[in-house]
Amino acid sequence: MKKIEAVIRHFKLEEVKNALTAANIVGMTVTEVRGFGRQRGHKEQYRGAEYTVDFLPKLKVELVVNDEEVEKAVKIIIESARTGKVGDGKIFITPIDEVVRIRTGETGSTAI
Amino acid sequence: MLARMRYWGLATTAMLLCCSNSVFAEETAAPAAAPAFDTGNVAWMLTSSALVLMMTAPGLALFYGGLVRKKNILSVFMQCLFLMGLMSVIWAVYGFSLSFGGTSPYIGNFDHVLLKDILPTAPGVWPAQGTTGIPKALFMAFQGMFFIITPALICGAFAERMKFSTMCVFMILWGTFVYCPIAHWVWADTGWLCEWNTAAPYRAIDFAGGTVVHITSGISALVCCLIMGKRLGFGQEPMPPHNLTYTAVGAAMLWMGWFGFNGGSAVGSNALAVNGMVSTHFAAAAGLITWAGLEWIQRGKASVLGACSGAVAGLVLITPGSGTVTAMWAMVLAVIGTCVCYWACTTLKSKMKYDDSLDAFGVHGVGGITGALLTGVFATEMVTNPGRKLGGIDGNWAQLVPQAVSVAAAIGIAVVGTTVILKILDATMGLRVTQDDEVQGLDVTQHGEEGYIFY
Amino acid sequence: MKKIEAIIRHFKLEEVKDALTQAGAHGMTVTEVRGFGRQKGQKEQYRGAEYVVDFLPKVKLEVIVSDSDKAKIVDTILMTARTGQIGDGKIFISHVSESIRIRTGESDESSI
Repeated sequence: MKKIEAVIRHFKLEEVKNALTAANIVGMTVTEVRGFGRQRGHKEQYRGAEYTVDFLPKLKVELVVNDEEVEKAVKIIIESARTGKVGDGKIFITPIDEVVRIRTGETGSTAI
Repeated sequence: MLARMRYWGLATTAMLLCCSNSVFAEETAAPAAAPAFDTGNVAWMLTSSALVLMMTAPGLALFYGGLVRKKNILSVFMQCLFLMGLMSVIWAVYGFSLSFGGTSPYIGNFDHVLLKDILPTAPGVWPAQGTTGIPKALFMAFQGMFFIITPALICGAFAERMKFSTMCVFMILWGTFVYCPIAHWVWADTGWLCEWNTAAPYRAIDFAGGTVVHITSGISALVCCLIMGKRLGFGQEPMPPHNLTYTAVGAAMLWMGWFGFNGGSAVGSNALAVNGMVSTHFAAAAGLITWAGLEWIQRGKASVLGACSGAVAGLVLITPGSGTVTAMWAMVLAVIGTCVCYWACTTLKSKMKYDDSLDAFGVHGVGGITGALLTGVFATEMVTNPGRKLGGIDGNWAQLVPQAVSVAAAIGIAVVGTTVILKILDATMGLRVTQDDEVQGLDVTQHGEEGYIFY
Repeated sequence: MKKIEAIIRHFKLEEVKDALTQAGAHGMTVTEVRGFGRQKGQKEQYRGAEYVVDFLPKVKLEVIVSDSDKAKIVDTILMTARTGQIGDGKIFISHVSESIRIRTGESDESSI
């Protein structure tokens, strides 16, 4: 099993969710995060004090899938989250040892 | 508003008799004494002016601000706050004069430009506003608050997409070419739609601004969202309100502020002001339970936004009639009218597919029109007009004619004025922010700030 | 070491925290998240505009434990976070290769 963490633009969430659901990849957790990569921050001024806000607001989408679905899920996220401009975000993939469904205690693939 | 003060002749005389000792005392002390003002009237009008200002910010700013997405909250607050500055300055420079100066039926003049003859004309001499017992300066300030909130209401239609610079220019032109003329038609003593102008061809009843404020702003709002187009992603992306808590606080402040809006339109502390406040309160209450009740029946839950919308709809509806409709009839009026507003915001909007972001048209436009027409039905001699049959319930159904004419006139000037101004601005400055800026949010792109900053 | 990530219901947080503290967990990180799995989203209506809100609010709790504590901690979460209704959440377990306490620089199990 793998965890796919995708940092995406806010307004792409709906598209990403719909595309994944349509491909039968159901379930995800979303967190509001801030961060930066290549995209430059912008300047904000408060009573003359200038701040460079490097940490731009993004959404982090996390989903856990079986190994054989990773490629498909990543492809779907890339296609639906992409605008082609700097700031589209990144995807990180890490191994997951185990998944447990709290309600039933099931583990493994059936718990995903 | 002014001529309702006929009574005040009597009251003022009485007051002068009572206070004659002190008046004479002042006169001996200062030879160029000012006319004596009615302290009760002055106190109430000072209070009302503050209440109406509070309606724009924080009232309307919170009400609208909670309804947008969080990347645009500051842009909404800024529209309201900036208009408090911008429209006030214009009001002092020429707006008041263009609205209330002169004796033409159609437009004011430049007699009071730069507040000439409004501010003290000699040391300590404050010109009086007719027989109302208040200084002209106070009347000017009170009316100025309406000049702020009316354009601010329109902001609800183009929220989340209009360029700030264009909005500023739009509001200057709109205030000059739409608001000033119609304020003159309806509220200047010689206006052609003025209720107390016995020479007027159509004596429409608009006590506190159903036509002047709500129909003009609501209709202009519809024109704005039609010409500017929808927000990016409208209909595909979810755009739910980001903080209904703000909206609820804002609605409560609007309700309270409206006591000044309608109660203050009596230009005095008298029975008329009492009716203004009492009818207003009960109309808001009836509107609230009507909207929330309709939702409860239709979808099983009464929503917070529904309750807020209903209260505001009730307030809008009673505005033109708050000086002539008694509280019980005000509730009937509000119940009928709120059903119409509810229909406009839920059914009409989704059928016609326009993107009136915050329902400025659905509540203020539709509510203003419905309220103005229903005033022709429910206005009565009982309030302060003994012997003058006013509305349908007095048997004077003919009052519906001037009411309809004033509605048509308000719609006409709003549609023509707003369309022309927007077309010119579209060709010169551009109306909308770029797509990238709209996606990123107006707070950062228009103002370089964030409402909810990270640190 | 393992990272145990549990997505749970808001109102269960206190109970889970107390039980975990008793079971020997020394710290945890909590994030407000939104997500969905099998639980159906709810319909929300704003002046007639209807939204299906798929992303329901949940709490994500992260705790790093030694391999030997893993089973005990997972059991504790399962027992305290469960209501038996759909929407109880999930637990994801993954390997953590190193952990460092920033104040002292100590690493591995002593830094947990």
